[in-house]
Amino acid sequence: MSKELIRLSDCVMKYDDEVILDHLNLYINDKEFLTLLGPSGCGKTTTLRIIGGFQTPTSGDVFFDGKRINNVPPHKRKINTVFQKYALFTHMNIFENVAFGLRIQKRPEAEIVRRVEEALELVNLPGYGKRSVTSLSGGQQQRVAIARAIVNRPQVLLLDEPLGALDLKLRKDMQVELKNIQREVGITFIYVTHDQEEALTMSDTVVVMDKGNIQQIGTPIDIYNEPKNAFVADFIGESNIIDGVMVEDKVVKLYGKKFPCLDTGFAPNEPVDVVIRPEDIDIVPVEQGQLTGTVTEVIFKGMHYDIIVDFQGFKWLIQTTDFSPEGAKIGVKIDPDGFHVMKKSTYSGKFGDYSSYSSEYDELSEASDEEGEEDEE
Amino acid sequence: MKSKAISFPYVGWMGLFVIAPILIITVYAFTSATGGFTLANFQDMAQYASAFGRSFLLAAVATVVCVLIGYPMAYYLARETGWLHRMATMLIMLPMWMNFLLRTYSWKFLLERNGLINAFFDLFGLGPFQMIDTQGAIVLGMIYNFLPYMVLPIFSVIEKIDPKVIEAAQDLGANSVTVFRRVIFPLSLPGVLSGITMVFIPSVSTFAISRLLGGSKTLLLGNLIDMQFLGGAYNPHLGSAISLVMMVIVMVCMALMNHFGDGEQGVTL
Repeated sequence: MSKELIRLSDCVMKYDDEVILDHLNLYINDKEFLTLLGPSGCGKTTTLRIIGGFQTPTSGDVFFDGKRINNVPPHKRKINTVFQKYALFTHMNIFENVAFGLRIQKRPEAEIVRRVEEALELVNLPGYGKRSVTSLSGGQQQRVAIARAIVNRPQVLLLDEPLGALDLKLRKDMQVELKNIQREVGITFIYVTHDQEEALTMSDTVVVMDKGNIQQIGTPIDIYNEPKNAFVADFIGESNIIDGVMVEDKVVKLYGKKFPCLDTGFAPNEPVDVVIRPEDIDIVPVEQGQLTGTVTEVIFKGMHYDIIVDFQGFKWLIQTTDFSPEGAKIGVKIDPDGFHVMKKSTYSGKFGDYSSYSSEYDELSEASDEEGEEDEE
Repeated sequence: MKSKAISFPYVGWMGLFVIAPILIITVYAFTSATGGFTLANFQDMAQYASAFGRSFLLAAVATVVCVLIGYPMAYYLARETGWLHRMATMLIMLPMWMNFLLRTYSWKFLLERNGLINAFFDLFGLGPFQMIDTQGAIVLGMIYNFLPYMVLPIFSVIEKIDPKVIEAAQDLGANSVTVFRRVIFPLSLPGVLSGITMVFIPSVSTFAISRLLGGSKTLLLGNLIDMQFLGGAYNPHLGSAISLVMMVIVMVCMALMNHFGDGEQGVTL
């Protein structure tokens, strides 16, 4: 394992009486790509700003390489930031934007020229130095912002929703590119986003946050496959979250029926939340099904259908390539590894029902767009 | 086509009240009282060279002082929020609601030999000082009257600077002095340039301030022109010639400054 580089110890952030960060503890390893993921107001941007030195926690300590840096101002930290709206210097050309940090360090001119050219090459903008900021597209401006930060060879790069203002196609390209840049320069990236797909694509470690608390820390695969509570399950991907009872190890009871699963370590007959991902559900003829339900809605999604199935009043989302007409009775079969059992939490019962499916789907995507804007504050 | 029609009143206005007067002045400047073409008006002007020099010098001094006072004022105004900001904005705007002549008259009473300021000095056995009817009093009047025109454009430019840009500069290692020198000041230059224009032009052509505070000794271009049209020296042809030359000099100054401003940006580029 690489060594620990940054540690937030019991950090609390309050504005008046509003708690933004609630006793946050987090450590970040050297050279890792860590993503702070969560909805608007979850405290992810505040966490980033504390690390960058733009805000000081109300209480708690920030350590960098073992040293407490609570009172170290931003310009004295070995950390650089890529801002959401680029924040480029419009009165300078591209070269001078990237050279800004080096000029402050009073590096010799030849070194500045060499390093700026290297940085521009790294972000795929070689020879752009003489252009003005305003002549570039959003994606190019964001690359300049990345070059401007990286050219200083920081130990840590902070990225505050850097792709938020780009369109979908460009965003996907930049995700791959960012990951490549991180590998190439071999420094720690701390990335803030509300986009779960971005987080899963790029990160070594994902930190899911909500209401100033860390909900789960893990690899993208862990976070997706073994969500810790209903919030994480719902925020990362689509999830059917059903009330269940853990009868004994490897047996879970739903709708009064027992199903084999892989989870262990719960008390006998402990009430639990059970996550079933829409893609883990197989549709089978009624007589072969572990459960039977009625299709209430079918939505064509291109690669697959989203179908909503009513199981005794609780509506599930199933993603399938097989068409089933509305009103059809179907059976479903779920393999033991399709069940993810979670302890009950304060989030139980709040997520995972698709009764208002279509509208909810829309609201969710709209909500996430709005979040991006709110976070700019 | 429609948008063109909308611009007709504006074009008409400009033609009638801007272009036509300039044309008339030009014609007057190049003609004699009898109506023939002549350059005599421009030759006559040589005797007033000192008035030209004085006008531009005093206006330049007033403008520089306005920048020196106005920039910090605008800067703190833009940074400050809450009641202090509102209060300061009010205090800057308030004099502008008062009649220009009245404002200038009030300085006359303050600066007079038996005025308020000399009375104050008298308490300590000092003075009286000669303050009214000096070039200093004229510059003071210019600064007092035109300072808001310096503060407001600078203020609005600084206020619009994205705080994230300042954070970015700090993030890249700039301390507060460097942030100001390399980011805030260059970004605020357009405001400074328009402030300079808005202070310098009325200063160089003023006649009210110099008449009220400068006494009869200090003749400025404004007074000179005033005299040619309305005063005893009645000679609208000479007045037009002076106006024309002044206009050309001002335009050249502004063009040079704007060019220099662009050049400045080019250097930091």
